[in-house]
Order: sequence, then structure tokens, then C-alpha cells
Amino acid sequence: MPDPDPVLVLRGAGRRYGERAALRNVSLELGAGRTLVVFGPNGAGKTTLLRMLATLLRPHAGEVRVLGRPLPADGYAVRGRIGFLGHDALLYRELSGRENLRFHARLHRVVPARVDEVLDAVGMTTRAGDPVAELSRGMVQRLAIARAVLHEPELLLLDEPLANLDPAAAAQVAPLIGAGGSGGRTRVVTSHDPAGGLQGADVALGLKGGRVALLAPAAEVRLEQIAELYA
Amino acid sequence: MRLDPPKIVEGSRPRDAARFGGSGLRSTVAALLAKELTLEWRTRESVPAMVLFSIATYVVFHFGLDRDRVTGDLASGVLWVTLLFSAILGINRLFVAEYEQGGFDGFLLAPVDRTALLVAKALTLFLFLSIVELVAVPAFALLLLGPPLTQALPELVLILALANAGIAVLGTLVAGLAIQTRARDLIVPLIALPLLVPVLLAAARCATPLLTDGGAGALPGNWLAILAIYDLLFALIAYAVFDFLLED
Repeated sequence: MPDPDPVLVLRGAGRRYGERAALRNVSLELGAGRTLVVFGPNGAGKTTLLRMLATLLRPHAGEVRVLGRPLPADGYAVRGRIGFLGHDALLYRELSGRENLRFHARLHRVVPARVDEVLDAVGMTTRAGDPVAELSRGMVQRLAIARAVLHEPELLLLDEPLANLDPAAAAQVAPLIGAGGSGGRTRVVTSHDPAGGLQGADVALGLKGGRVALLAPAAEVRLEQIAELYA
Repeated sequence: MRLDPPKIVEGSRPRDAARFGGSGLRSTVAALLAKELTLEWRTRESVPAMVLFSIATYVVFHFGLDRDRVTGDLASGVLWVTLLFSAILGINRLFVAEYEQGGFDGFLLAPVDRTALLVAKALTLFLFLSIVELVAVPAFALLLLGPPLTQALPELVLILALANAGIAVLGTLVAGLAIQTRARDLIVPLIALPLLVPVLLAAARCATPLLTDGGAGALPGNWLAILAIYDLLFALIAYAVFDFLLED
């Protein structure tokens, strides 16, 4: 039964880079509080999909609605309600983790106390004063997660959120980004880990060559189906 | 834990005052400006290079013209050409951190008026130019200028401020355009220098009477007015088109 008030609606959505179609005819709906996991080999269109939903890329075809608002026309109205974690940490290397988060807190009009709260939640309090350039990739990833959830977004767009994290760090940040289905926020998560990705997901999307190759309830998806995407 | 969010008016546009409010824009500009100055303080990438370039250019002029001292229109021309070329270095670096470290995305994901980035970057460039001139103008007086500068200083500061404003606004616009291209270092001088010719011309004409032997002459009001009009015109153009430069 379709969700009466979906957070995400895509109907025939597409995106090109010059002549190359990175995403073609993607249609799906995702209800509030649900998690969509996106699988696909490199270049399948996962990052393009996330950046489009984050209002960073304009859709070139079809209809895209995020949090009830059409994109790109109403992108300004949903930006503060989206948390985006991409391949780049979106942190200035010469600033410390705390300085970076305070900067983003000011942009999002979040009280400074929230910065220490998220630093603690990702286990970066002791290294928060170090320049980002001096931190390991895993530590930068933890700070990037802190940045993405700083303003308590309703919709989380996470591009391989646990990349570069050791098991302990992954377990520490998991509650913060709602992994495991306990967060309550609507999430779109890309993953290359079939078993781990399906865990806690409600809907699975498989992309191949920018097209939808798989779209089904996560509980009904077999690991072999995901493996076929990478074949 | 959140402050009151800006009130969103249905159907309002991004720059709607009801949505962002004056304090919202000011607060965003303040945050961006503080970040810019901290980054420059830590990296020292722009201002020291601009200062050193200015002094090196004076030395080149010294040998190129084969003169120990210059006055009048020649002095004015040497000063403004030098300051303009050093400004190009600053313009080239203006958006590099945003481009290379994801600052654009971080900013674009925030619910803020995008004009704040234009204002903050223009203010940053204005401050950088002013700091450079604190060293470059006395160095010019010491190395090349014939007549003493002390009497003409208040008028010169006014001209510098007006010229800096024009360079800062136009420079921010060109830097925002060029950063999206692979040939950034080439695009900035190719676009900025022709567009800055009116600033160079007006500023040089304004400064000529101040740098003449026998004492400072009166400021040419018409050239000052041209500088002010240029500043206003490009501020309006930048305000109108800057959003589009940030769009995908």
C-alpha cells in the first residue's frame, strides 16, 4: 500500500553529465522513518542519486519531490532538513574538527552546545581541537558524520557511511545515523555490503548503468540478486 | 537544541526577507568571514604572496624604467598596475578552499541566503587588498615614489577604498565563475583584467594629482564618481547573477 505522505517521490527521474546519462528513469517512493539502501557497482549512479536528493544536482528529467517539496524549485525549503554525507567530508583541512562543526552550526543556526554533543557521540572529543589535516581517514569520517547530523535532519542521505571506520567506531556512530533501523529518521544509504546493507533497511534499490535493476522490499531481496548487480 | 528556525513563507523566494531576515544574512556573513580569516591566518596563502608580488613588481619597474623615482601620472600608473596584478593573485585563490575541500557543498546544503557567500567573499578580498596596501603603498613610496606621500594620504586612502570595493566585487564574481573551470588560473586574468580597466583608469586618474611634485593637487571629482558608480554597478550585477554561478 503506498505511503500517503512519502518523504521521497521520484517519477522517471534522470540526470546527465554532458551527453552521458548518469541516472535514467528512476521511480520510487519512500515513506517517513523508512530506510532505502542503494546497491550498485562504481558508476552506477548511487552518488548522483544522493546528490540529486540533497539538492546539489538538478534533475534533468522526471519529477523529484523531497520532504513534500518539488526539486529543484523548492530546494531552498528543504536544505536545512537534510543531512548529507558524501565521499568528501566537507570539512576544511586547516580548521579543527570543533571549528568546522561550529562553522556548520552557525550556518544551520544550531546552538554551539550541540557541537560538543555530536563530538562526544562520535568519540572525537579528545581530538576535536586538532586540524582535520592531521587526522586519520576514519577520524575524518567520524567528524563528517557529526557534521551530517549536527542539525538533526529529518532525512539522512548517506554515501557509504561506515567506510574507513573500524568495527568499534562503526558501532559507536551507528545509533547516530540511525543504522540498524533504530534512528526513526528517513534514510537513503548506499552500500557495497549486501548483508550489512540490507540489515535495517526497508527497501532495496539496485542501480546498474544508471538504470533501476532492482527495487523491492529489503526483506524479500536475496543476496544473489545483489551480487548480480556487480557481475 | 536548535535556535528558532527562520520562518518559511509559502511561495517565498530564497532571498525573501521574511525567510532569512537581516540578522540571518549578517550572521551567515559573519560566520563565513570568520572562517575565511582563520583559514588565511593558518595557511598564509594569499596575503603574503600578494605583498611579495607587489614589492617584486616595484623592483621590476625600477629596472625596467631605469629610474630611481617616478612622479605624476607615471607614478600613479605604476602603483595601480602593481596593485591590480597583485589583486589577481588574491582573486585566483578566493574560492580554492571551497572547491578543493567541499566548502561549496557544505554551504549549499545550509538553509542560508546564498548572497551571504558573495558578501563574505567580497569583504574578504577587500580586507586582503587593504592589508596588502598597508605594506605595498609605503613600499612604493620608499622604493619608487618621488614626492612625499604624507600630505596626500587621506585622499589616497579614499581612492584605495573605492578601488578596492570595485576589485573585490568584480573579483568575487570572476573567481566564482572561474573556479568551475579547469583553466582557473588563466580565466581569472583574462576576464578580470579587461573588466577592471575602468577601475584602473579612474583610480590612476584620481591618484595622479596626489603623486605630483610640488604638493598634492585637488582630487578629480568626476573620476571619483566613476569609481563609485562602477562599484555600485558591479555590486548590483554580482547580486543578480551570483546565485546562478553556484547552481549546478
